[in-house]
Amino acid sequence: MAGASTYKPGSGFTRWLDTRLPLLRLVNDTLTTYPTPRNLNIWYTFGGVLTFMLVVQIVTGVVLAMHYTPNAEHAFDSVEHIMRDVNYGWLLRYLHSNGGSFFFLAVYIHMFRGLYYGSYNAPREVLWILGVIIYMLMMLTAFLGYTLPWGQMSFWAATVITNLFSAIPLVGDSIVSWLWGGFAVDNATLQRFFSLHYLLPFVIFGVVILHIWALHVPGNNNPLGISVKGPQDTLPFHPYYTVKDSFYLALFVVVYLAFVFYAPDYMGHPDNYTPANPLVTPPHIVPEWYFLPFYAILRSIPDKLIGVIALFGSIGTLFFVPWLDTSSVRSCRFRPLMKQFFWILVVDSVLLGYIGSQRPDAVWHLSGVDLPLVWLGRLGTLYYFAHFWIITPIVGLVETPKKLPDSIAKPVLAAAE
Amino acid sequence: MAHSQAVEPTRRDFLYIATGTVGAVGAALSTWPFISQMNPSAAVLALASIEVDISTVQPGQIATVMWRGKPVFIRRRTPKEIEEAVAVPVSELIDPLARNANFPADAQATDENRLTPHVGNAAATAETPATPAAAAPPAPSSAATPAPSAEAPAVGLQEKPEWLVVVGVCTHLGCIPLGNQGSFGGWLCPCHGSQYDTAGRVRQGPAPENLAVPPYTFLTDTRIKIG
Repeated sequence: MAGASTYKPGSGFTRWLDTRLPLLRLVNDTLTTYPTPRNLNIWYTFGGVLTFMLVVQIVTGVVLAMHYTPNAEHAFDSVEHIMRDVNYGWLLRYLHSNGGSFFFLAVYIHMFRGLYYGSYNAPREVLWILGVIIYMLMMLTAFLGYTLPWGQMSFWAATVITNLFSAIPLVGDSIVSWLWGGFAVDNATLQRFFSLHYLLPFVIFGVVILHIWALHVPGNNNPLGISVKGPQDTLPFHPYYTVKDSFYLALFVVVYLAFVFYAPDYMGHPDNYTPANPLVTPPHIVPEWYFLPFYAILRSIPDKLIGVIALFGSIGTLFFVPWLDTSSVRSCRFRPLMKQFFWILVVDSVLLGYIGSQRPDAVWHLSGVDLPLVWLGRLGTLYYFAHFWIITPIVGLVETPKKLPDSIAKPVLAAAE
Repeated sequence: MAHSQAVEPTRRDFLYIATGTVGAVGAALSTWPFISQMNPSAAVLALASIEVDISTVQPGQIATVMWRGKPVFIRRRTPKEIEEAVAVPVSELIDPLARNANFPADAQATDENRLTPHVGNAAATAETPATPAAAAPPAPSSAATPAPSAEAPAVGLQEKPEWLVVVGVCTHLGCIPLGNQGSFGGWLCPCHGSQYDTAGRVRQGPAPENLAVPPYTFLTDTRIKIG
């Protein structure tokens, strides 16, 4: 919660600085004394994890750019040069490529956390919307970065994704040609993608600052979803949450590094170690795992334009969540019905991800019944949209929430006694 | 002054709005170079047409050449494949338009409209479809290909029904379709399952359009010029 500043400069120099540039006051108020609800659990540590991952990606990315060559003739070789010749190049590249995956893992946990505890509800709508914008920028950055190694998957990902815009009536083809800088994905495309891939993380960094600003005005939501009523409900951010965040960050990094060192290519595709070939599409192209649910939505619709609209609509829907939720209670802890729909949405998202990873003509053989996955994908897509546009508003109106606790401090202290 | 209502616009108001407008228009115009620089450069646009020797392509084979950074399929169709393509009524097609750069944009996607009109005389022959087959091509070996003009005047538009030339880019999201695959014997796109027939026409979605036919002409019986 943004309250009156409690910062007291300790020395002559900090007093002098405080009246000229109150930088230390800003740091003190946002990172030290910031009053934080005392009941935040493990799921609230992922904001810190995400900030850490953004820094990891920027630092590893800046040094990789010292060795990478954004040219269609040399890009693939320069990545192999990084892997084989550059000192610790293999480590830096694997940190960066797996870092993207773990960045998305953290953001999905962070987003589902927000959905479960109703963190998007008033007065945190702007905070939520800024988060959706960050997520979209992340997707764009990840896509651009994935094309840079200029392997087969890179090339065809660039081709398929840019071709999404050809679905736009009348001007679609001109837009695609504009994106490519030619008649096909080629050197001009690679060079602009590299430029933007380098730029966007700093844009994300800027929006993250707005996101944190928008967080610190109303203050954190919490697992009970009830508002902070007074100082007895909060703890200073430091040392309580700096330590808690650091502990879970360490656990997260252990898993991240386990992949970097022991399974660095597990989440990649072998095809991307084949140089880009504009004459041959690999027989089975799939995006990185974090895009699979959206890929399934795109493929489940047999019409090109509607498929593309559904793809973008599934992400755009998130912008409206604060106004689609009609419930007066934020946290699913006190929403017996919504809690169940939440978990169905989680299962639905994972199922869509699985379907997106399979071939478009794949069939499930379930005890004699042949179930084409594309139909399962259609059901999953329908459910995804229904969850937000139909179920969420209706459940908020018909559900009887459980009784809310009087304050955050009460159940927390009661549990301690 | 404060209570006076309808005050005449002053000279200062005019200057304020005029200056602001000029500034806004100037700012908007100055973004154009930054947008336009992303369009294909002169070097890319200068990519000339290509000439291809098709003498080595056997019936049933599909040759692939690069044109403007994209693959172009040159398919020498077997009589059976031609028959199958001709037999399909246009009303059954997902995309009823020919998508053929050598024909008017509203040409129907019949099999002959998917090929090229005879010997570089595209516009003339396309506009007068009733004209019987044009003169034989310069190369003397034209007798090798039986002239189908006897069957119907419209078929006479093209003398080489065995040659199909299409841009090898799926009209869905730009993957390269695989030849001689799928239920229609033409192409199957490995990415999202679109299927094309032996005239390169889309027969099963999600692709919305037939494979595009690039502008091309027969220079001789064994040589074509694309672009």
